[in-house]
Amino acid sequence: MGKLTNEDLLKKINDKFKDSVTVLGEPFGLVTLETGREQIIEVLTWLKNEPALQFNYLTDITAIHYPEQEKSFGVIYHLHSLTNNVRVRLKVFLKGDDVHIPTATVVWDGANWMERETYDFFGVIFDGHPDLRRILNVDDMEAFPMRKEHPLEDPNRVDKKDYFFGR
Amino acid sequence: MQNHPVYTDNDPQTELSTLNLGPTHPATHGVFQNVLQLDGERIVSGVSTIGYIHRAFEKIAEHRPFYQITPLTDRLNYCSSPINNMGWHMTVEKLLGIETPKRVDYLRIIIMELARISDHLICNSVLAVDTGAATGFFYVMEYREAIYEIYEEVCGSRLTTNIGRIGGFERNFNAIAFSKLRKFLKEYPVVLKEFENLTKRNRIFVDRTKDVAAVTAETALNYSWSGPILRATGVDYDVRAMEPYSSYEDFEFEVPVGENGDVYSRYLVRNEEMWQSLRLIEQALAKIEKEPSDIFHADVPDFYLPPKEEVYNNMEALIYHFKIVMGEIPTPNTEVYHAVEGGNGELGFYLVNDGGRSPYRLHFRRPSFINYQMYAPMSKGMLLSDAIINMSSLNVIAGELDA
Amino acid sequence: MSDIQLVDAPPGVEGAGFFATSIDKVIGIGRANSLWPLPFATSCCGIEFMATMSPHYDLARFGAERLSFSPRQADLLMVMGTIAKKMGPVLRQVYLQMAEPRWVMAVGACASSGGIFDTYSVLQGIDEIIPVDVYVPGCPPRPEAIIDGFMHIQELVKTESLRRRNEPQYQKLLASYGIQ
Repeated sequence: MGKLTNEDLLKKINDKFKDSVTVLGEPFGLVTLETGREQIIEVLTWLKNEPALQFNYLTDITAIHYPEQEKSFGVIYHLHSLTNNVRVRLKVFLKGDDVHIPTATVVWDGANWMERETYDFFGVIFDGHPDLRRILNVDDMEAFPMRKEHPLEDPNRVDKKDYFFGR
Repeated sequence: MQNHPVYTDNDPQTELSTLNLGPTHPATHGVFQNVLQLDGERIVSGVSTIGYIHRAFEKIAEHRPFYQITPLTDRLNYCSSPINNMGWHMTVEKLLGIETPKRVDYLRIIIMELARISDHLICNSVLAVDTGAATGFFYVMEYREAIYEIYEEVCGSRLTTNIGRIGGFERNFNAIAFSKLRKFLKEYPVVLKEFENLTKRNRIFVDRTKDVAAVTAETALNYSWSGPILRATGVDYDVRAMEPYSSYEDFEFEVPVGENGDVYSRYLVRNEEMWQSLRLIEQALAKIEKEPSDIFHADVPDFYLPPKEEVYNNMEALIYHFKIVMGEIPTPNTEVYHAVEGGNGELGFYLVNDGGRSPYRLHFRRPSFINYQMYAPMSKGMLLSDAIINMSSLNVIAGELDA
Repeated sequence: MSDIQLVDAPPGVEGAGFFATSIDKVIGIGRANSLWPLPFATSCCGIEFMATMSPHYDLARFGAERLSFSPRQADLLMVMGTIAKKMGPVLRQVYLQMAEPRWVMAVGACASSGGIFDTYSVLQGIDEIIPVDVYVPGCPPRPEAIIDGFMHIQELVKTESLRRRNEPQYQKLLASYGIQ
């Protein structure tokens, strides 16, 4: 427990992926890395299988939208090494008009629904995903609701008068 | 396994039948739809459809200040709302760098462990109902009411508690709360023991649950399971022990693990966790005795709303009240991930902040959502009635599943 | 002395060996005290309904302990919890499958008005798709409130005309929802 420090982790990553992985920082002790979509599966597989690290537990996959940035979509992976009790966060940023990223279902089966949820909310397309459909929203929805431009409230409502809400 | 029919490839049936289970099926305890292909009573394949109560929590959270997100977390896993509330408060406290006094931590542990008891209580008693024993359910539900009465003394609400505030509690625990808690601690172990006696060695219950839906630790980890169902497979992953929050490191408790990850082990793990929760509450009560009894929140006027009588009579309090409500206090521009051990597993909050009053992005790592995705694949080859038992032992809560 | 209360007999003419009253009053009492609810529980309010059913609050006192999960045999549709737009058609289907006489109770803020979830995915009250008889406020309502709502339904049932479905205003109401 706790044998692996963040320094060791960063050193190992630096040795292996010197050019393709950049370190974004350690907010609240959680090492945050950025990589490109070309290497993401390689990095995830290595993190999972490297005997000294063993990030064998995929905590979560989600995304974030920054409409102002050129690479406006970030896909965020949280991994957890249960043997070393260390977490790591990986980010991949994608251009707004080319939101393709390889699927992580080849590494963990559990990535399946997490990626479907991310697709459903942000429209990020996971290439090679076995069943990339909407999961929470209705099937015939066209927009991707968690994108910043999508309104929170239903725009089709007629019973809501703006003057009741001081707008 | 005694009486199960043997399934062979040269089964006389030539056609599969399709069964649409849900979304409003009484045996599913919530809105889950599974379209199953059946060969006789055996499931050949299944497809889960979810999202029937998708309420867009994450989208709402981007439009709400931090303190207004607490009511949303209530409605994630509504069987154990206080854990969600406090998990969220601790996430914000981590972000803002607020240190809570020990007494607040211990009070939180009392409430969170009560919530864990009420969560596991529902799961296990409903599991008993699904195997045909309604008595246990009616018996223990009475004691869930006792837990709700303790919540009521602390926050005034029963189910969706909205308990506590960022930095601690909204008000101190009163004497009635403590006396109700002591009464509960005295009465509940007897009831739990009796409930165990009803089911643990009951022939029908054991036959229905043992070796049903057994899962190996490898598969469970591959599917990112967490919580009691992961521990039932033998992996001792409990966030309370791995990354102690709210001073769990000061306490002695054990993390029970099961043997083969079947429904019966899950039941045993949940039962044992209730005993451990009782142990934790006892310890917390003893520790509180040594702390000053008037502390129930951290001293952070920038984020903790002052009492109303001060707001009306005191200039400083009024200014703080105004600043908090209008969101004029700068917050760090960073990101934080905080996880707590919810009723069903690792409940994570991933908060990306841009310095404003509401999150730029808030993502809930919802254990029910992640645990449930294995349901359809693991149902393959199972009997329909076993699949129903399996669903109740996964304890998937619709609110947490669909967010 | 037992503390069991019996339902009062309806007003009528009483004499030696006979009691005369109108049949709709008798049937109304019978219906009101043997309602079979269909719990359409989707979220938090469903958990409070569990508490209402359990011994502490005991809905069985009102003759409603027989839950009917089949809409065909149910008299009262209790909608408890958020109804998302994805769920809307299912709820409507369940309502259509119920036989007359049927009553609907919207339990909780979400079922009544969408509650705190004013979002793109949530139906803003079930009365957009089916007619509702009684609304119960609360998020979630306490079991006492659910029982109070149930007693209001009982009052409605008692005084309802036997052939409500033939009344023009009822048919107009259903037609406004597009239900035949």
